[in-house]
Amino acid sequence: MTATTVTTVKCVVWDLDNTVWDGVLLEDGDVTLRPGVVDVIRTLDERGILHSIASRNDHDAAMAKLEELGIAEYFLYPQINWGNKSDSVRAVAEAINIGIDTLAFVDDQPFERDEVRFAHEQVLTVDALDVAGLPDLPQLRPRFVTDDSRERRHLYRADARRKEAEGAHHGTDEEFLASLNMRFTIAPAQERDLQRAEELTVRTNQLNATGYTYSYEELDAFRRSPDHDLLVAGLEDTYGTYGKIGLALVERGTDAWTVKLLLMSCRVMSRGVGSVLLNHLINSAHAAGVKLRAEFVPTSRNRTMFVTYKFAGFREVGKRDEVSVLEHDGVHLQGFPPYMDITVED
Amino acid sequence: MSTDTRARIAQYLSRFFPVQDLKDDDDIFELGFVSSMFAMQLVSFVEHEFAITIENEDLELEHFRSIKALDAFVTRKLSVPAAG
Repeated sequence: MTATTVTTVKCVVWDLDNTVWDGVLLEDGDVTLRPGVVDVIRTLDERGILHSIASRNDHDAAMAKLEELGIAEYFLYPQINWGNKSDSVRAVAEAINIGIDTLAFVDDQPFERDEVRFAHEQVLTVDALDVAGLPDLPQLRPRFVTDDSRERRHLYRADARRKEAEGAHHGTDEEFLASLNMRFTIAPAQERDLQRAEELTVRTNQLNATGYTYSYEELDAFRRSPDHDLLVAGLEDTYGTYGKIGLALVERGTDAWTVKLLLMSCRVMSRGVGSVLLNHLINSAHAAGVKLRAEFVPTSRNRTMFVTYKFAGFREVGKRDEVSVLEHDGVHLQGFPPYMDITVED
Repeated sequence: MSTDTRARIAQYLSRFFPVQDLKDDDDIFELGFVSSMFAMQLVSFVEHEFAITIENEDLELEHFRSIKALDAFVTRKLSVPAAG
């Protein structure tokens, strides 16, 4: 396992006037795209990097112009208003549910870049003059581009439609979840899953119990090892697929199994699937007559995972350095949620 | 005071559980599937609603199991000054 040295940029937030297009929309009206910008947007989109907008502009006029230019579909949760860009940037991170340190912000005005950097020092700020070089920055060069990454924009668009449906829903959360007809699959990782598995270990921070990242080669070795289970989880529903969204690595000892890695994409946080994968492990260990332990490394962002373990019946039984060892009490066994179809493949 | 705490907790839980009258000692972990999301939302709700900080060692199922247990937990946390 290795530490991540370069923070991966997951989303680029664009200014519009004199950044995406030449001119000021409300003054000039007939603005034209700046040369090369759309190519950069498409190149990054194909790598699975998302795009959004932080522009001080008239919302309807700017959206109409983006439609006319044929590029509106690239931008998720555009923030077009008269407020501070730092607020808009934060709003993008919250709407997509990714860490603010995974954003880049492009603007032609030094004042705006400074304002964003002052509020969020982790955001990578880029001068509009340097846009052509964006695809070459290491932060914007993911090691692998998987089927899931190429589809990422569409996956997030489906999420936006789900959120709209959720906002319009009256009733309990569980009733809403039931209306989605979710189908969750748990299967041993195949060779074709390994790039996505590595991508998940690198990209996932909030729902990640240990933060260990493993290379493709290490994951491939675990996949073949008789002493390990490497499981990949997928989810789909009425609105389409979420892709491969979960990963678990279990080391199988003779009288205890240890969960080395348990992570879930933050896109599925509100679906309760972290507990589903964990319950599958609890039940499998119980059926095999072994104890189930789990390693946990607390960070400022993965408290949800700790709560998931504790509420599933785990207790802390040991600690070495940063790593807490949790152990399931063998008593709290929970089935699967009624609002989800679960398929476990061998 | 305590009645008020229980009412606020019951009001919150009614968003998740389709039951008309949640009794003070009903085990919410037996009423439905407890997802990681619900667990985290409940923890955040208790922290914000009652302005307390829940430490890792407080995260025991027993404290969150029922309205009664939550009430006792909140009351105890509020009576102890936060450790410096």
